[in-house]
Amino acid sequence: MEDDKVFKALADPTRRRMLDQLCARNGQTLGQLCDGLDMTRQSATQHLGLLEAANLVSTRRRGRERLHFINPVPLHDVYERWVRKFETGRLSLLHDLKANLEGDQT
Amino acid sequence: MTTPETSFVYVTYIRSTPEKVFAAITTPEMTRQYWGHDNLSEDWQSGSDWSHVRTNAERSVNLVGKVLESDMPSRLVLSWANASQADDAAAYSRVTFEVEPYDDMVKLTVTHEGLQPGSGMDTGIRRGWPLVLSSLKSFLETDAGMNVFARPKVA
Repeated sequence: MEDDKVFKALADPTRRRMLDQLCARNGQTLGQLCDGLDMTRQSATQHLGLLEAANLVSTRRRGRERLHFINPVPLHDVYERWVRKFETGRLSLLHDLKANLEGDQT
Repeated sequence: MTTPETSFVYVTYIRSTPEKVFAAITTPEMTRQYWGHDNLSEDWQSGSDWSHVRTNAERSVNLVGKVLESDMPSRLVLSWANASQADDAAAYSRVTFEVEPYDDMVKLTVTHEGLQPGSGMDTGIRRGWPLVLSSLKSFLETDAGMNVFARPKVA
């Protein structure tokens, strides 16, 4: 269920750029993000809403400001579920192939 | 005084209770199952020392610090430095664990502040926290943590 939101949030180049911006400089205000992306506040707010719903962006208040932070924890969950599993499978396939080929030589 | 550039706010939602989440953070028998380290403190009360000790034969002490605030099961604040830099006041950063009930889950927020930009700790925790929090979630929800030292298998 969470994975759907993560993939949906990532399926948009603007939102990926927003994450890149936060990766380069964490803890930005809405205004700073808009400036960096040349975007209206309304549009940025919508995109940030989807990123927050997917838990890819977390926020914290500092005085009157609201700061946005990249939250890579769900990306790690996706990596565990969708990358590492296949990577391990592929590598063990190579391992088996190597073992078979080397086994044939003896 | 910290600047936002050297701060991180990590959030994960876990199907568990606040008490269990804090038990998992402060009980060495549990931290070793998903973090590969024992988190040790005499009582986890404000002013006490804490340390992060590798769960292996060497028992090397990796991190040290003090408990700055203790209000579990909602909040725990630790100072945090490499054991090798324990005498350098500037090397200490600050980690806050906050837990709040969220529907049938809890929301765990880990805030890491006061990091020296580009320091080994800064780069280390960027990789470390997402892994540790994924592993903690997996440990509490499925009773199986991940191997935080895992590397791609070489054939």
